[in-house]
Amino acid sequence: MPKKKPQSRTTQKSPPVSFFNQPIHPHSAISANDFSVAEVRHILESADALEKENPIKRANRLAKRRVALLFYESSTRTRTSFELAAKALGADTTLVSALSSSIEKGESLKDTGITLKALGAECIILRSPYSGAPYLLARATGIPILNAGDGMAEHPSQALLDLRTILQFLGIRSSTVSEKSLRGVTLTICGDILHSRVARSNALLLPRLGAKVILCGPPQLLPEVAASIGPGLTIERDFDKALGQSQIVMMLRIQAERLAGLAIDLDDYRSRYQANAERIAVRLARALIMHPGPIIRGMEITSEVADGLQSAIANQVYNGVPIRMALVARALSTAPKKGSRR
Amino acid sequence: MNPAQKPLLIRGGRVIDPATGLDALRDLLFRDGKMAAIENPGKIRAPDAEIFNAKGMIVAPGLIDIHVHLREPGQGYKETIATGTAAAAVGGFTSICAMPNTIPINDRPEITRWIQADERGAAIRVFPIAAATRGSLGEALTDYAALKEAGAIAVTDDGKPILGDAIMLEALRAAAKLNLPVIQHAEDTRLTGGCSMNAGALAFRLGLRGMPVEAESGLVERDIALLKQVPNAHLHVAHLSTKRALDAVRNARRQGLHVTCEVTPHHFALTEDRIGLYDTNAKMNPPLRAESDRAAMTEGILDGTVDAIATDHAPHAAHEKEQEFERAPNGITGLETALGLAISVLHIQHKMPLGKVLALLTHRPAQALNLKGRGSLAPGFPADVVVFNPEGKWVFDAGQSRSRSKNTPFDGWELQGQVRLTMSEGRILFRD
Repeated sequence: MPKKKPQSRTTQKSPPVSFFNQPIHPHSAISANDFSVAEVRHILESADALEKENPIKRANRLAKRRVALLFYESSTRTRTSFELAAKALGADTTLVSALSSSIEKGESLKDTGITLKALGAECIILRSPYSGAPYLLARATGIPILNAGDGMAEHPSQALLDLRTILQFLGIRSSTVSEKSLRGVTLTICGDILHSRVARSNALLLPRLGAKVILCGPPQLLPEVAASIGPGLTIERDFDKALGQSQIVMMLRIQAERLAGLAIDLDDYRSRYQANAERIAVRLARALIMHPGPIIRGMEITSEVADGLQSAIANQVYNGVPIRMALVARALSTAPKKGSRR
Repeated sequence: MNPAQKPLLIRGGRVIDPATGLDALRDLLFRDGKMAAIENPGKIRAPDAEIFNAKGMIVAPGLIDIHVHLREPGQGYKETIATGTAAAAVGGFTSICAMPNTIPINDRPEITRWIQADERGAAIRVFPIAAATRGSLGEALTDYAALKEAGAIAVTDDGKPILGDAIMLEALRAAAKLNLPVIQHAEDTRLTGGCSMNAGALAFRLGLRGMPVEAESGLVERDIALLKQVPNAHLHVAHLSTKRALDAVRNARRQGLHVTCEVTPHHFALTEDRIGLYDTNAKMNPPLRAESDRAAMTEGILDGTVDAIATDHAPHAAHEKEQEFERAPNGITGLETALGLAISVLHIQHKMPLGKVLALLTHRPAQALNLKGRGSLAPGFPADVVVFNPEGKWVFDAGQSRSRSKNTPFDGWELQGQVRLTMSEGRILFRD
């Protein structure tokens, strides 16, 4: 064996802060828990103001600033509304999607982020099939990351636009939003909660404004541990019982692409958990029916209900643009952020 | 071995040799790569020897890690036998067992020999563990006799379980004839597809698929049932992480079955909470578990059920770990932090006597895997020794690690128990 000098401990230089300790830009929106209630109020007020603003004046707010949309999964509503929101503020947007970029050639998320930043992106809106991907991108780039959905984890802008829809239904003004705003309100989230980032973000956000949230679905799609992720959550397996206590119901589709071998008896599922006219008429005649989309007609929701007077589905989509304007404006603002929780 | 090496006299230290039960102030003389003499302080006359003053320090047999991934052949960008063994020496180890999941897999005697060849530049003794099945595919056994002849000390498909009942039974039978342990990575992969952490509330919150406890305990229970059918077989359970699997081992031992097991430092020092915001340096397989399982690992160590602390040192390059959590590879490095964690957590926090802690890093792993002539300071044994300051506090800086990879969840941790000298077969490899 070659003779070597004994080692000692202090000859190499250590690198700077390790990757996982890199700071997340405070104007990022990655989890619904990133916002304090005060900040939620601020975002809602900002959405109201931007919605009403003169479009010409509004388009000067972020004139020629650069926002990248990085989409590793397909999307209709979220991508379009983020893009419209950024453009309405005057920003230049560019869309990078998995199939038309170097991602196909094996470029990592980290390198893609560094590339977009080098091209002048001041904010990246990311959709990824991988839970937690926005944190990786935030650490790699240091710029604000807006989470447009990460795996099964979170979809915070959806939770905020759902909140705006709920507040409009209840006639609550943005400026009054507090920890008590949704006191006495019970909302049922029904369906494939295990695979739903929308469910997680709403379940984290709405109870913090005082709502009681009932999670409803079969055990394969709703494990018991789901209720432990935050306060104000309960599980009710019987959809009719859950509806009987609720003023609002949020339906979710079964995410066939994430089932990973889980076998679901769809006829049984429909009979137990479908939002159909009879069920709604009996239990929920004056309630609000929500769905983040895409809806699978005839599966978790019938056409009668989806297109009916109680449906807020189109309102939810509409609210996407003002909420996302507020998030993009916040991401690119230089002002210190109010009530940060991070 | 280098006979020209100057003799070394380690003076004034507290010598702990769990193999003989010795725990007293002694002087030790090492000559010609062997332990030459052990005497009361001041009794050894060796004018030609270099003197190392070990006053206030612990002198123990060189540490033994029976679960290391050295990545060679095939993945030298993560680690080589030279870099991995250098890191091991810094951590106080003088013998390590190399897992066979290299590229190609160590399923042939040529590869087993290649790993042990002088050209690899190993700083310390490397005992190869060979694949239990060809290509670790779980289909056909490798040639255990030839592999043993080439130097393999056990067989395993580590990284993957030996899943089929028939092939596991066959492995136990073939290994029993040769007195080889069969090491099982206990994971029922039919329950863990697409999973990247422990199952439970945190996995749900993070939107990650979770590995249930039963995936580990179920396979351990299956293996124990098979073991009952093969007299003289020896099952060694790698990196135990769940209370249920540990209970299965404990019960099997009470029934007189030859089952041994190891626990990693990260499974007694950390829980799944260390994942934080998707930190892939807390991603390994088996995953970090809940506090109840972590506490059970400590309990199993304290009550003697656990035979060895083994690191499952699994180096990965930064670009592999700086990926989405579900895409990043499993594993963390561990050779340089094992002793510090064992002392800080087991000895300081849990008041485990140092002799018992050291037994799990020396004599007992040597016994578990039949590493003949290792793990003791009795005269005639190889000059494998570690000297450390049991009171010495130090901060682990991953950036200064001797491993080629820096994927550790312990970067910046203050640990107690600082290695001052590591000598392997008479060669001083580390001195601080």
